[in-house]
Amino acid sequence: MRFSINGDIHEVEVDVRTSLLDLLREHLHLTGSKKGCNQGACGACTVLVDGERINACLALAVQYQGREIITIEGVGTPGQLAAIQAAFVKHDGFQCGYCTPGQICSAIGMAAEAKRGLPSFVSADLSGLSTIDHDELRERMSGNLCRCGAYNGIIDAIREVFVDETTTPVKFEEAA
Amino acid sequence: MLAFDYTRVDTPAEAIALAVRDLDARYLGGGTNLVDLMRETIEAPRSLIDVTGISDEIVVQQNGAVLIGAAAKNTAVAENAAIRAQFPMLARAILSGASAQIRNMATTGGNLLQRTRCYYFYDDAARCNKRVSGAGCDAIDGFNRIHAILGTSSSCVATHPSDMCVALAALDAIVHIDGPEGQRMIPLIDFHCLPDDQPQIEAVLRPAELITAIELPAASASPRGTYRKVRDRASYAFALVSVAADLTIEGGRVADVRLALGGVAHKPWRAFKAEAALRGQPATEASFLTAAEAELADAQPLRDNAFKVPLAKRTIVAVLSDLAGVTA
Repeated sequence: MRFSINGDIHEVEVDVRTSLLDLLREHLHLTGSKKGCNQGACGACTVLVDGERINACLALAVQYQGREIITIEGVGTPGQLAAIQAAFVKHDGFQCGYCTPGQICSAIGMAAEAKRGLPSFVSADLSGLSTIDHDELRERMSGNLCRCGAYNGIIDAIREVFVDETTTPVKFEEAA
Repeated sequence: MLAFDYTRVDTPAEAIALAVRDLDARYLGGGTNLVDLMRETIEAPRSLIDVTGISDEIVVQQNGAVLIGAAAKNTAVAENAAIRAQFPMLARAILSGASAQIRNMATTGGNLLQRTRCYYFYDDAARCNKRVSGAGCDAIDGFNRIHAILGTSSSCVATHPSDMCVALAALDAIVHIDGPEGQRMIPLIDFHCLPDDQPQIEAVLRPAELITAIELPAASASPRGTYRKVRDRASYAFALVSVAADLTIEGGRVADVRLALGGVAHKPWRAFKAEAALRGQPATEASFLTAAEAELADAQPLRDNAFKVPLAKRTIVAVLSDLAGVTA
């Protein structure tokens, strides 16, 4: 099978049972994406496929050949953090750090959704022009659990980088 | 997970031809439910036929009906401008379900065929008639807070988990199907089955039949329709009770109403009794309560889920009161 991950092409022989998450972690040793529940409940495995966030644990890798996959390793590096990564550090958006790669990939996907006007369940109307306020961010990020309870820092970090509440409705820059 | 063969197809004809050859095959959409079930070996297909390459288009037809390709992702349906404007009930129902990540993966066809989240169905140490026909049901006398109150049987009290399908039931959606014997169309409200004594049969699909599209009839278009969901946490949880509703009022009376319930039955529950009780009645809270009581009169609560009866009534009254602009 042939995959494009963080801009690199990988050709690997794997069983069709292999999840995208196991492909990343066990075969390509990209261990940033985490296995939490392995059943789509926690979001620790969130990666971006063609810019959209998905749960890599529920994805059969075979279905994702030929797509542009971005993992936390493709978002930034220790010496060159993406703005959202630096904001997580600044706002204490984590404690143990296990959910953090998924939170950050999810936040990048979330910002892209908001930018193109995708509403959420808590949007007062579905026109896509809702301001991305605190409740909107919590709803849009609800697929990512943090057992340390760093949610307030996570929301502050995302808000600082992706949301400017003085203008309409979302500022989107320096995602990756 | 047991071994399987994987084939990706581009057309319904290819998919059906493969499925006819192997009746242990399953069609694979986004995999958000099937992959999980295979990992637990609750599902163990010998082959997977990936149908995500078949139509994902959402087309507004000349008569105003909308045709949603079965491979359209949940996010794409909720995002579609025509659906947001004319079928907001459906957009809101989809946005209430699962997480953004799962909505980006899950397909429309797969959503119809997702399986119950009854704990006993997932626990292979428990008895479940849905998992092993004739084995018995540990939910009926077990921990059954999330289970059904309407249309249950002595063999199964599981609920259908979909939010999307509740809106589709209220909207008179039509399921387009292709199969070895040709194409056919089934109203969504007739697509899923009540459990009776065969709860393992969840839909009327025949062997090798494939869902190709969902049609939203022009007649059910309405910028008012809405969806409310009551659950144990504010987001990312299955419904305890949900209500899809639309209301047309003329001269202070209910000219038309669409009402469907989620979280209460083995299938998306169109509330025909409540609708019949409401038509022609004054659009008041008292009428809404009478209608809700008519629908829930047949409820058969279990040990832990009796709360769903008043919860369903109050949610119906609240949603209809909102739509009518009266205080509940």
